[in-house]
Amino acid sequence: MIEIDVTRQLGNLEISAKIETQTRGVLALFGQSGSGKTSIVNMVAGLLNPDSGRVKIDGRVLFDSESGINLQIHERRIGYVFQESRLFPHMSVLKNLNYGRRRAPNNARQIDFDDVIEVLGIKHLIDQKPYTLSGGERQRVALGRALLANPDILLMDEPLASLDVARKSEILPFIEMIRDRFEVPMIYVSHSMDEIIRLADTLVLVDDGQVKAVGPLEELTSRLDLRRLTGRYDAGSVIAAKIESHDEEFGLTTLTFKGGKLRVPRVKNVPGTSVRIRIRARDVSLSLEKPSQVSQLNVLEGRISELRAHRLNDDGSEPHDIDICVDIGVSLWVRITRWSLAQMKLVEGQSIYALIKSTSIDRQSLGQQHTKDHTS
Amino acid sequence: MDFLTELEIEAIWLSLKISAWAMIWSMPLALGTAWILARYEFPGKFLFDGIIHLPLVLPPVVIGYVLLITMGRQGVVGSFLYDTFGITLAFSWRGAAVAAGIMAFPLIVRAIRLSLEAVDQRLEAAARTLGAHPIVVFLTITLPLTIPGIIVGAILGFARCLGEFGATITFVSNIPGETRTLPIALYAFSQVPGGEAAALRIVVISVAIALFALAGSEILARRMRKRIGSGHD
Repeated sequence: MIEIDVTRQLGNLEISAKIETQTRGVLALFGQSGSGKTSIVNMVAGLLNPDSGRVKIDGRVLFDSESGINLQIHERRIGYVFQESRLFPHMSVLKNLNYGRRRAPNNARQIDFDDVIEVLGIKHLIDQKPYTLSGGERQRVALGRALLANPDILLMDEPLASLDVARKSEILPFIEMIRDRFEVPMIYVSHSMDEIIRLADTLVLVDDGQVKAVGPLEELTSRLDLRRLTGRYDAGSVIAAKIESHDEEFGLTTLTFKGGKLRVPRVKNVPGTSVRIRIRARDVSLSLEKPSQVSQLNVLEGRISELRAHRLNDDGSEPHDIDICVDIGVSLWVRITRWSLAQMKLVEGQSIYALIKSTSIDRQSLGQQHTKDHTS
Repeated sequence: MDFLTELEIEAIWLSLKISAWAMIWSMPLALGTAWILARYEFPGKFLFDGIIHLPLVLPPVVIGYVLLITMGRQGVVGSFLYDTFGITLAFSWRGAAVAAGIMAFPLIVRAIRLSLEAVDQRLEAAARTLGAHPIVVFLTITLPLTIPGIIVGAILGFARCLGEFGATITFVSNIPGETRTLPIALYAFSQVPGGEAAALRIVVISVAIALFALAGSEILARRMRKRIGSGHD
């Protein structure tokens, strides 16, 4: 269990965070810059002291203002990957990697050194000095260094934020591999929903220093009342699914989920793997009748559960589109024009068919799920 | 060494011995002082900083005189040292080492402090999260990254000690074989008629030592820069 319940006044910002969740998998803190995400992980790490509250990881109390417990940073057994790599410039890559490893207590979990440098692809860098490495390589070494300290929990504070887009997509798979291979629980801070969908199981929404919601990623991203926090522009639904089979001839993969089957571009994971898929609201269209001759591979029957108009545009005019929530076994968000809404005379409770183009589903939006039993 | 007179060898040896001892006592103290000045804010810091810098701005003779009245046999500190440890500072080479160290102190502190302030404290935080005790962080991260400043401080300090004259002659006088360092020897020769040739020889010796030390320090500094690498992130 991760149990965090802390408060801290930072200038005008009052940080107040209460998070309780399973340790397994990845916990993501999502929020805008300056919302206090980093302060929350820093309080877990001991880099920032809470005014009051407690922090407990798997029954081990790191901080408790009531009983006066405040473990020193080096006693907390956390691994911290910062936004900047923070490699020690006077040490070789090898010495950097060994820095935390040598200091890990003997009873800590043992992560194999060769495994880590293999997975991170940093074997050939081992004798180099940090200043000779590229940004992506540095961050991989930093990941390895934190991991090799054999921590109870790995904290990552926007580890990709200082990298360009190409480097980001280079590092992300490494973080996924760390999650799947070494099974170290992670708290991942980010302001990028794409990263979070690929990595996280549990989502924590942080706004203005406060934790607004904690819950399974799929659930929170489909909740309307949280739309302001989860982001409107790329609004969509996150659906938990399982790989059923691959179609080699046409390069497709069939997924099963609560609402039926979904065909998406071929993914590399083996059948049986749990995945998470993000479908953007603007990639879904609606039909009143069951279409027969359409190019969309995915036709799903459902019922309109909610119509939700957008806020007015900045100039006071009404926006051209509207979001519709269709219950197809799970909540699926659809964005259509108000013109279509009027033409089709859509109302809540109506039966409807949702059409999803397979090609609109980005392979990158598929995240492998960590816990197989968790399909809410 | 035929080309040096016995007197010259004695002066060189004394100068080096006194400077070395001055560095031995002042370096660790300067490191601690620089650490306090670089990392802590406290009431009276301005005054503390000012006192540290006094030897840089006061006439050396003033420092020497203050040392004489406090650390001389009759002085508060001097009588205590003599009664408890049997150590006499006034008119001995030990006193010369004290005087030289005090005169060099602000230079050493300044160099180390600059270097300490340049150390990225986020690296120290990272080391803490990797399980290192604060003392270990200091020894493995802060100190190695401060080495360039420590070297610069040591070189400046040593050079200052070799050249120290005013405070030394006031506090420990000019005693052949005990406190007659190179500068004091030069002064003594220049005061007697016909001493020009001997004085000139000391000038040449001083220049040679200075050039030798500069070259050595340059090589050392280069090697250090290479070891530490360029930039952090």
